[in-house]
Amino acid sequence: MAGHVLVIEDEPNIIEAISFILSREGWHVATHSNGEDAAEIVRSRAPDVLILDVMLPGRSGYDILRELRGDAATENLPVLMLTARGQSKDREMAERAGASRFMTKPFSNAEVLEAVRALAPA
Amino acid sequence: MTTLNALAAISILYVLFLFAVAFFAERASRRGRANWLRAPIVYTLSLSIYCTAWTFYGAVGSAARNGFEYLTIYLGPSLVLIGWWWVLRKLVRIGRVQRITSIADLISSRYGKSNLLGVGVTLLAVIGTTPYIALQLQSVTLSVEVFSQASGGEQEQTTAFWVAVGLAVFTVIFGTRNLDANERHHGVVMAIAVEAIVKLAALMAVGIFVVWGISGGVSETLERIDASSLGHWEVNGGRWAGLMFLSAAAFLCLPRMFQVMVVENDNDQQLRMAAWAFPLYLMLMSLFIVPIAVVGLDVLPAGSNPDLFVLTVPLEYGQNALALLSFLGGFSSATSMVIVAAIALSTMVSNHIVMPIWLRVNENVVSVSGDVRNVVLLSRRLSIGGVLALGYLYYAQSGGGAALSEIGLVAFMGIAQVLPAMLGGIFWRGATRFGALAGLTVGFSIWVYTLYLPSFGAAILPESFFDGGPFGLIWLHPQALFGISGIDPLLHTMIWSLTFNAVAFFVASLSSFPSPLERLQGAQFVNIQQGTGGARSWSQGSAEAEDLMVMAQRILGSADAQRLFLREARRQGSDTHLPAPTAEFLQILERELSGSVGAATAHAMVGQIVGGMSISVEDLMAVADETAQMMEYSATLEAQSQELSRTAAQLRAANDKLTRLSVQKDAFLSQISHELRTPMTSIRAFSEILRDGDGITAEEQSKYASIIHDEAIRLTRLLDDLLDLSVLENGQVSLNLGEGMLSDVLDRAEAAALAHDDKRGLQIKRDRESEQVWLNTDTERLSQVFINLISNARKYCDAESPALAIVVTKGEALTVDFIDNGSGVAPEAQDVIFEKFARVSDQKAGGAGLGLAISRQIVTRLGGEISYLSGQSGAAFRVILPLEKALAAQ
Repeated sequence: MAGHVLVIEDEPNIIEAISFILSREGWHVATHSNGEDAAEIVRSRAPDVLILDVMLPGRSGYDILRELRGDAATENLPVLMLTARGQSKDREMAERAGASRFMTKPFSNAEVLEAVRALAPA
Repeated sequence: MTTLNALAAISILYVLFLFAVAFFAERASRRGRANWLRAPIVYTLSLSIYCTAWTFYGAVGSAARNGFEYLTIYLGPSLVLIGWWWVLRKLVRIGRVQRITSIADLISSRYGKSNLLGVGVTLLAVIGTTPYIALQLQSVTLSVEVFSQASGGEQEQTTAFWVAVGLAVFTVIFGTRNLDANERHHGVVMAIAVEAIVKLAALMAVGIFVVWGISGGVSETLERIDASSLGHWEVNGGRWAGLMFLSAAAFLCLPRMFQVMVVENDNDQQLRMAAWAFPLYLMLMSLFIVPIAVVGLDVLPAGSNPDLFVLTVPLEYGQNALALLSFLGGFSSATSMVIVAAIALSTMVSNHIVMPIWLRVNENVVSVSGDVRNVVLLSRRLSIGGVLALGYLYYAQSGGGAALSEIGLVAFMGIAQVLPAMLGGIFWRGATRFGALAGLTVGFSIWVYTLYLPSFGAAILPESFFDGGPFGLIWLHPQALFGISGIDPLLHTMIWSLTFNAVAFFVASLSSFPSPLERLQGAQFVNIQQGTGGARSWSQGSAEAEDLMVMAQRILGSADAQRLFLREARRQGSDTHLPAPTAEFLQILERELSGSVGAATAHAMVGQIVGGMSISVEDLMAVADETAQMMEYSATLEAQSQELSRTAAQLRAANDKLTRLSVQKDAFLSQISHELRTPMTSIRAFSEILRDGDGITAEEQSKYASIIHDEAIRLTRLLDDLLDLSVLENGQVSLNLGEGMLSDVLDRAEAAALAHDDKRGLQIKRDRESEQVWLNTDTERLSQVFINLISNARKYCDAESPALAIVVTKGEALTVDFIDNGSGVAPEAQDVIFEKFARVSDQKAGGAGLGLAISRQIVTRLGGEISYLSGQSGAAFRVILPLEKALAAQ
C-alpha cells in the first residue's frame, strides 16, 4: 500500500495537513510549492498519485496538468486537483485539462484519503 | 276685389318661386357651371336691395309730401356708383383680396383685427338695421291691409309675424348653406336679382298705367304735375345736399349694401357695369314716382295715405292684377332687404360676438375643423333668427306708427357714422385703431343724443329736455347743439355727428401709434394693388382646373392628385378628367392639400389660382407660422434623433461598463472565495486531525491548534479588510480629522508593523528632523497606510539584510517615500499592485492582497495620492499629502 504521493501546493499549512493525513495512513508524501518547475519535479519523482493545486505561484495547475497529459510518461498519472475556487467552470476546466479527480477546498481529510486510495494503482 | 286668401296664396306661390330660383342658382353654383350667376347684370340687379319697401312705397309718399326731395335718396348712390373708380373700386378690391365678410370685418381688419371695433360696428349695425327691418314688416302689413279692408291690430301683427318667420326660414336655408370663405351666396343673390326685376316691373307698370291709362299721355301728365302743389315745391338746398350725402354714405356703409356690393362682388367687370346700369335702374325706379303721387293726390280722397298710392291707385281703377303686381313689387322690396340684412348682420354677430365668446369659453376644447364649422353655422342661424325676432319685436312695440318711416333716415344716419373710419381706413395709412374707436364713439354718441333718442320723443326723454336742454343747459339741446337752432334735425345731427366723428378720428389717429399688424393692414388696404383682381374671368374654368392640377401634383404627387381629380370629376358627373372648380371641390382640394402644406398655405395657394387673389399679409403670416411650426417640428425631430443616438451611445457605454463590472465582480468573487477557502481548508483539516485524536503527539497537538488559531485570525483580518475596503470604496467612511505630528504617526505605524517581526529584522531608516510636520488629517487612517507599507517591506523585501528608508520632503505638498533595498516590484506588475488581490510575489507572506488597494482608497480620501516609484533601488512607494492640511512645525 505504501505508494508515493506528490503534493504540489503553495499554502504551507495545507501542505502540512495533507502530509500528516497521508503519512499517518502509510503514504510516502513529497511536497513542492512552486508552479514553475512543478512538471519537472513530477517527472523526476514519478509519484503514484499527484495532488495538484490550481493556483500556484509561477504557473497555474491547469497548465501543469496539460503538460503532464501531453507527456507519455505522465499521460495516465492519477491526478487529484484541488481548488479554492468553487465555481462550476473551475470543475469543467479541471476535467478538460485531464484531472482524474477534482476537489474543492475545504475538503474533509477522509475525502482526500479515499480519493488517493481510489486513484492509486492497485 | 282680391280676397285676402288669394293674396296669401299668391304671396306663398311667389315665395316658393323665389325658393326655386335660389335653389337652382345655388345648385348650379355648386356644380361650377354657373358663369351666368356672376354676370355683371345679376350683380347690378342685386344692388337694388337699396330700394326697400320704404323706397318702393315711401318714395311716392315722400313725393306727395315733399316734392322732388325723394330724388336725393337716389342721387346719392348714383353719384357713388358713377364715381366708382375712386371709392367703390378700392373698397371692392380690398373686400375681395382681404376676404372681408362684412363692414364690421372691414373696420376690424383694417385696424389690426381689433375685435372691439368689430363688436362696436356690429352693434351699430344691429341698432341701425333693426328699425329698418321693422319698417319692411310694417310695409308688408300695410299693403296686405289695403287688400283686406278689415284692419285690426291683431291681424296686422299676425301678418308681420308670419312674414318674419318666413323670411327667417328662407334666410337660414339660403344664407347659411355654405361657409364659403368669401361669404358669397349665389342663390340669394339670384333671388334678389329676380325680385329687383319684379319691383321695377311693378313700379313701371303702375307708372305706365297712371301716365297713359289715367292721365292720357305724357304731356297731360306734365300738365297735371304743373298744376299740382308739387310743381311749386321749393328746393331746400341744404337739406338736399345733406340728404344726398347721407344716402351716399349709407349706400357705402349699410350692412346689406356692403354685403351685396363688396362681399358678393366677384370681379371688377361687375362693378364696371353697375356703374352705369344701377343709376339707370334707380332712374327708372324714380321715373314715375311724381306722376303716381300727383295722380294719387288728384284721384283719391283727401287723407288717403300717399305711401300706399302704388296700391290704392290701381285698386281705385279696379286694376286688381296691376295692384297685385304692385303688391308683389313691394313684397319683393321688403323681403330682399330683410334677407340680405339678416345675412349681413348674422355674419357680423356670429363672427364678432358669438364666435369670439365661444372660442374663449371653449379655449381648451380641441377643435376639429368640422366641429367649429357646425358651431359657426349654428351661430349664424341663431343670429338670423335673433335679428328677425328683434325686427319683429321692434315693429310690434312701436305699433307700426308713422314714426317708423322717419326712423329709416335715423337709421341711415346711425350707420353713416362708420364712414370716416372706413374712408380714412382705405385712403389714409395714418388712421389708427384708436382714431377709429374715438370717431365711432363720438359720432355714435352724438347720433344717439341728437337723433335716436329724440326720435322716440317724450316716451324716453323728459319734456324739459326739448324745452331748455338737459339740466337747463340750453346749448346742450339735442336738436340745437351749441345754440345753433333752426336747422332740420336730421341735417343738424349729420353736421355735428359726422364733423365731430371725423375730427375725433383724425386727431386720435394722429396722436396714437398703430401696432405692427395695424400698420401692415393699413398698408395693404391703402396700397391695394390697383391692377390686380377681376381681370380674370371665371369663364376660364378649365384653365383653372388645370392650374389646380399642376399645383396639386406638385404637392400630393401626381398619382394621388390625378386620382383625387378624377374621383371629383366623376362625382360631378363630368366625363373629363378635370372637375369644375366648384366651391365644394375647392374645399375638398384645400383639405387634401392642407394635410401636406398646412391649412393657411393651402388656402392661399388655392385662392391664388382660383380667385386671382393676391395673398394677404394675414395669409403670409399664417404661412410663415406654419413654416415656422414645421421647421420647429423638424428641428425637434432632429434634436430628438441626436438625443437618441447620444442616449444609445451612453447605453452602449453603460452596457460595456456593466459587462466589465460583471466580469470584475466574477473575478472578485472568485478571488474572495479563494482567499476564504484557503485558511478554511487548513482549519478544517487540522481540526479534523485534532478531533480524531489518534497518534498525535502533544507537541503536534499544540502546533496544530496554533495553526487553526492563526488561520482564524487571518480569516478575520481578511473579512475586516474586505469590509474596510467596501466602506472606503462606497465613500461611506467618515474621516476623523485631527492634529497630529508626522513623526508620531510614523512611530506608531513602525511599532505596529514590526510587532510580529520576530526573525527577519527589517531596519527602518528615518530622519526625525524632517518628520517634524504637523498634520491636520485622520491620523488613524494615515497610520494604517504607513503600517501597510512598512509591513509590505517586511514581508516582501528580499534583501539579505532588509532595510526601509522613510524619506520626508516638504515642497508644495508633503511627500513621504518608503524605499526598501530589495529587488522591487517587477515592471509589468507595477500597474496592478494597487488593484484588489493583486499579490505578485508568492503567498507565504499571507496577505490577502488588499492592503495597497485599501491604502490608495485612504490616501485619496485624505486628499493625497499614493504611487509606486519606479527606477529606485528597491520597492519604492510615495505618499503625497496636501500641505494645506499639513502645517509646518513652529
